[in-house]
Amino acid sequence: MKQLAQRLLGPVTLVSMALTVWLGLVVTPPDKVQGDLARLVYVHPAVAWVALYLSFGTATIASVLYLWPRTRSVVADRVAHSAMEVSLVFIALTLITGSIWGRPTWGVWWAWDARLTSTAILGLLAVGYLALRRANDDPTLRAKRSAVFAVLSAINVPIIHFSVLWWKTLHQGATVFTANRSLLIHGIMAWTLLLSFVAFSLAYAWLVRARYRLEVARERLDNEAITEAIAARVLEGRS
Amino acid sequence: MIATAWLVAGKDLRIEWRSRVLAWQVVPFGVMALVLSGLALGPTRAGHSSAAPGLFYLVVLLVTLLAINRSQAIERTPGTRASVATLGLDPAGVFLGKTIALAVELWVIGAVLLAGTVLFLHTALAGSLTAVPSLVLTLGALAAAGTLYGALTGEGAGPATLLPVLALPAFAPLLIAGERAFSAALAGGSPWEWWVITLVALVAYLAIGVLLYGVLEES
Amino acid sequence: MTAKFVAELEDAVVIAGGFPLLAGVTMRLEPGTLTVVVGANGAGKTSLLRLLAGLDQLTSGTGVVAGVDLARGDRRLLRRRVGWLGHEGSFYDDLSVEENLHFAARALSRPIADVAPALERVGLAQRASAPARRLSAGQRRRLALAWLLVRRPEIWLLDEPYASLDDAARDLLDDLLVDVVGAGATVVASAHDPLRSEQPRVTLTLAGGRVVATS
Repeated sequence: MKQLAQRLLGPVTLVSMALTVWLGLVVTPPDKVQGDLARLVYVHPAVAWVALYLSFGTATIASVLYLWPRTRSVVADRVAHSAMEVSLVFIALTLITGSIWGRPTWGVWWAWDARLTSTAILGLLAVGYLALRRANDDPTLRAKRSAVFAVLSAINVPIIHFSVLWWKTLHQGATVFTANRSLLIHGIMAWTLLLSFVAFSLAYAWLVRARYRLEVARERLDNEAITEAIAARVLEGRS
Repeated sequence: MIATAWLVAGKDLRIEWRSRVLAWQVVPFGVMALVLSGLALGPTRAGHSSAAPGLFYLVVLLVTLLAINRSQAIERTPGTRASVATLGLDPAGVFLGKTIALAVELWVIGAVLLAGTVLFLHTALAGSLTAVPSLVLTLGALAAAGTLYGALTGEGAGPATLLPVLALPAFAPLLIAGERAFSAALAGGSPWEWWVITLVALVAYLAIGVLLYGVLEES
Repeated sequence: MTAKFVAELEDAVVIAGGFPLLAGVTMRLEPGTLTVVVGANGAGKTSLLRLLAGLDQLTSGTGVVAGVDLARGDRRLLRRRVGWLGHEGSFYDDLSVEENLHFAARALSRPIADVAPALERVGLAQRASAPARRLSAGQRRRLALAWLLVRRPEIWLLDEPYASLDDAARDLLDDLLVDVVGAGATVVASAHDPLRSEQPRVTLTLAGGRVVATS
């Protein structure tokens, strides 16, 4: 059953993604105000959901499980690493699609919008996480430090969110860039929107699984190298 | 835990008193950064810009990074690591102690920089003094966060360059809260939101530090 | 594992940066004994001492030192119970000789009053207020010895203890070792050259990160 699900993950992801593209670009009507630009509603919210909740959430939970002595395992560390890496990709996509969507309403590619700004800071936290992993060679040391950093980052998310939100809204000029992005969603549009969430979540699961397997393969190589190094060391003692 | 905290804080402050690294290297850097801020604003705005509180906090963050690196560097010489490890100090106490020492150092540096802001960037003296309580709290939160992020970057590749990448995104809310509180103080108000942000951050960092510093140290 | 041994290692492997510092060490230490670890440069002498001190992590195999499981136990408790003599000598170079010992004594709740006599005994009393960074290599060793005198641990781990010591300090160390082993402490010392003291000892020969001979 588990194997079947794993084997089907790729094809199902591709089919649901293709369906989302077809429904989003061909079947659904353009918006009265925003025109074809509104079709980003089938991409941007789903990508943001994966970036900010699904993947960051997975990485946080896996990191907490790693830090808790009873649930500490190399699996949790690998999941956290894979999820955070995929998270960075989706955060970048969120920023890019948000920027494309906001450009006509804001008139600029970057606005000091509260959500945009806090998402960018979150992206830099993900970069920091990956930089921290690269800087540590020892597997245990790396796992512990990155898990602590992930937990710290998760705690920072609401603090960053509210600080940027208040920074923006408690300022007098707040209304200047407020975008009117409200869309009337009904019928086939609602179903397409729902499907886009499913499709991007599946794509996320597929990417994390691929990344996880890559990590397992890399660790197998490392372990082989260590076994060889121990054998060589023992020989060195005999000569 | 508390006894270890005072022992470690006393040791860190004593080492700073002996070596004067912060006094001779970090404080002059901060003052120079304030002067550069004035130069960057240009001749017409240098003396009367509403950007002064923000520039002050930007300089505070840069100085904090240096102070964190110094606070960690004294623990990192190879001999110190091994011999101090054999004392088996309580990690929560070490975290609190290093946080206290760093906070005291940042308070002193912050006072100098605040005076520098009044002098160079012409912020009103009375308003600047009203901003002191929020500055004290913000620097305390920065000290707690800095001790954690400093320990995270230990013994890796290039900790001095890794620290800003890890710490600055997390410092952003503290910069916002500090700047807003300072600006509000200059304008004669004191919105509660900024106290909430800084207090929540301070409590979160202290709690995480007490719980998890041991995980960082044992590695 | 029985409590008969102060330390027991079984196929202990320590890996750092992909390199096996220890490649499967099996050994036991009985209480009240002197053990000398010999071997060429890079044989794993210092790594073995660091593992026994709880300073480094066990990668695989098993080990129990002073009742603390090296793989699963709290190594901090172990570190509090061993005395370590490395090359460093001081705790913090910016503190004075005396301040270093006061700091350590407070950390482990040792009487501060023991510091002055210990400095006297190792011949550092005149340098008590000098910053540790100004000490010579030999004086650093003496400072580390003074700390061990204040500390009086149950397990002494001495890394190349005779290096950079002059004759007077070597005699002092010899006397000290006779003294503490007689009092029931367990001493492990690494050395290129055999120890000068005439005490009975176990000699472990390390090569390639393993014990290749015991005598």
